[in-house]
Amino acid sequence: MNTLLWVVLPYAALTVFAVGHAWRWRVDQFGWTTRTTQLLEHRWLRWGSPLFHLGVFAAIAGHALGLLVPKSWTEVIGVSEGLYHAVSVGAGTAAAVMLVVGLGLLLARRFVNGRVRRTTTPTDKLLFAVLTVVIALGVTATVGENLIGAGYDYRETISVWFRGLFRLQPDPVLMADVPLVFQLHALSAFALFAIWPFTRLVHVWSAPIAYLWRPYVVYRRRATPGRPR
Amino acid sequence: MRVMAQVAMVMNLDKCIGCHTCSVTCKQTWTNREGTEYVWFNNVETKPGIGYPKRYEDQERWRGGWVLDRRGKLKLRGGGRVRRLLSLFANPDLPSLDDYYEPITYDYDTLLNAPASEHTPVIRPKSALTGEDTAITWGANWEDDLGGAAEHAPGDPNLAAMTEKVKFEYERTFMFHLPRICEHCLNPACVSACPSGAMYKREEDGIVLVDQDRCRGWRMCVSACPYKKVYANHVTGKAEKCTFCFPRIEAGQPTVCAETCVGRLRYIGLVLYDADAVTAAVSVPDPADLLEAQRAVFLDPHDPAVAAAALEDGVPADWLEAARRSPVHKLISEYRIALPLHPEYRTAPMVWYIPPLSPVLDAVSTSEGDANDPDDVFHAIRDLRIPIEYLASLFTAGDTEVVAGVLMKLASMRGYMRARTVDGTVADDLLAATGMSAAQMEAMYRLLAIAKYDERYVIPAAHREDAAALAAQGAGCSLDVEGGPGMGGEDFHVLPTDNRIRLPLHVADAKEARR
Ligand code: SF4
Ligand code: SF4
Repeated sequence: MNTLLWVVLPYAALTVFAVGHAWRWRVDQFGWTTRTTQLLEHRWLRWGSPLFHLGVFAAIAGHALGLLVPKSWTEVIGVSEGLYHAVSVGAGTAAAVMLVVGLGLLLARRFVNGRVRRTTTPTDKLLFAVLTVVIALGVTATVGENLIGAGYDYRETISVWFRGLFRLQPDPVLMADVPLVFQLHALSAFALFAIWPFTRLVHVWSAPIAYLWRPYVVYRRRATPGRPR
Repeated sequence: MRVMAQVAMVMNLDKCIGCHTCSVTCKQTWTNREGTEYVWFNNVETKPGIGYPKRYEDQERWRGGWVLDRRGKLKLRGGGRVRRLLSLFANPDLPSLDDYYEPITYDYDTLLNAPASEHTPVIRPKSALTGEDTAITWGANWEDDLGGAAEHAPGDPNLAAMTEKVKFEYERTFMFHLPRICEHCLNPACVSACPSGAMYKREEDGIVLVDQDRCRGWRMCVSACPYKKVYANHVTGKAEKCTFCFPRIEAGQPTVCAETCVGRLRYIGLVLYDADAVTAAVSVPDPADLLEAQRAVFLDPHDPAVAAAALEDGVPADWLEAARRSPVHKLISEYRIALPLHPEYRTAPMVWYIPPLSPVLDAVSTSEGDANDPDDVFHAIRDLRIPIEYLASLFTAGDTEVVAGVLMKLASMRGYMRARTVDGTVADDLLAATGMSAAQMEAMYRLLAIAKYDERYVIPAAHREDAAALAAQGAGCSLDVEGGPGMGGEDFHVLPTDNRIRLPLHVADAKEARR
């Protein structure tokens, strides 16, 4: 059971994630977009979207710190467990507030505004549902366990297991006694990875950083058969 | 000097009757699809009026086009590169659908299925977006022929600069129609604002297009265009815009709007310009100098040095010949009667307009002058502040002298031809006043008034060096894909026969959701 949950499922999700992206990139450039609905509704989006996105950036940074950086490293540079805990809970709570408010606004406009509701596709609904679950569990873990509750040092277990996934030697036993919210949060996150390539989330990979240095006006030649473009 | 060719258009506003044929044929060709219900690549506005989308000319609000920064360098009015990226999550300058209008349809089924009853059944307008009952309160052409002008037209941003207040009472006002398409600018703000690099200007003919495969829906082009001529397709999530009917242009045919124009007032031809001079020309500090600076970017195809440089830079010989015969070149550079729309936006637009004389003639008639007497007309042009100031605000960044000069030329042409055909005399004074020769005057008259089809349109066909590959395309047409006519990077009739399939996941989904 442990092996199924903490080895097979994660690898399956990551495989779908990778293969799905490659497939989508090859066959569906035309569908690869943010599918913005700002044209249809802008008042809620104006607050919801920036809050949500900034919250996500903060959450990603926090996860990178907590999951990828081994505890021994932060201890080497003199970060005590107490300090780490304070920083992670503080920043995590701030991110959680942004995420909850942002996602709440974005979800609300999907329900309240008729125009946006009508353009919401089944894929969007699935995506919103999974995102909501992932975020709700994550927020419960951060705020519920670590801020209000006794606190749980996930860096001894979850982080080690997670890094093991990428070293191709994940240890499922580490996850067996992790509190349920953390377990469910991790599993739902892998569900998110699995549906990612088939949703509008692909726009994440098109973040237009190159815009910062390309020339303003782009010229292209008309395609002529027989001449490579 | 780097010589480039541009397909450009001139519209003679005196002849526009506001029939909207151009808009309708354009819509039938390009935007009669879900997601583009509210989109008019070609629209015709009544001026004065606030236009489509509402008050799009108010750049304080919509922040389109370019401005000079403190050091005199060009920058997008909506902000530089970093600011653009920071507003990806919510673009503060994007018009909402209500600034265009809520597209509607009718519940036609009621007519077909209504049971027999005492009263004729009526159909209700339904929102084309939500399918719910809606009230029709605005449209792309709400102000047609000054309808509702007393209420709305004072909001026209062009009226702000006028020294006299325009009255919107029936006998005392003036109006004309302004057909608009994308300007296919030399310094396109839309292309410059596109974070994905999906928009581009074609090297061969200057047509500005959106690569549908590369657009990621960041919607920066929509707000950056000061003319609001890029639109967001809310079903595909991609930007779309006027294509200058490139498949037709490549075949040597005029655009659909021009071909079907009832007033036969559109001219299409090539202009040659110096690509290296564009940035400097749109960066001159005083907006009143922009018109002259932009004119100076155009090159004279009759000049042997220009011709040699053009051939060197890859302009084909037959295109050079077409540039020499181009009606657009004549109207802009030789007769100098065509003017750009809002040169102060600094995008160097490539659809120019011959300003209408009719508001002046109307004013002469109402003040009991003789609209056929050149002297009365000249006086009116000199004395009237309305509508000259208004036209100047549209076409010359406020320089009334230039507009008056163009109108004088048009009035002189009328006077000259009238003297010649009615009285059989040659009005030398009019020739002297305009500095034109009799031959030039008559050629201009022929181009404007007779306006023969093959003088209005001088469009060289595109060069397709590999005809065999073309034939190998077979009958398939990539315009037939679901969700959009192919404005892809590959032009539709030369789409390489690779085996990519188009899989518009979301479009299919959206259709599903609507059922
Ligand atoms: S008018 Fe056309 S080319 Fe110019 S900025 Fe607007 S969309 Fe771009
Ligand atoms: S078809 Fe011609 S005359 Fe009619 S509205 Fe369009 S530009 Fe004007």
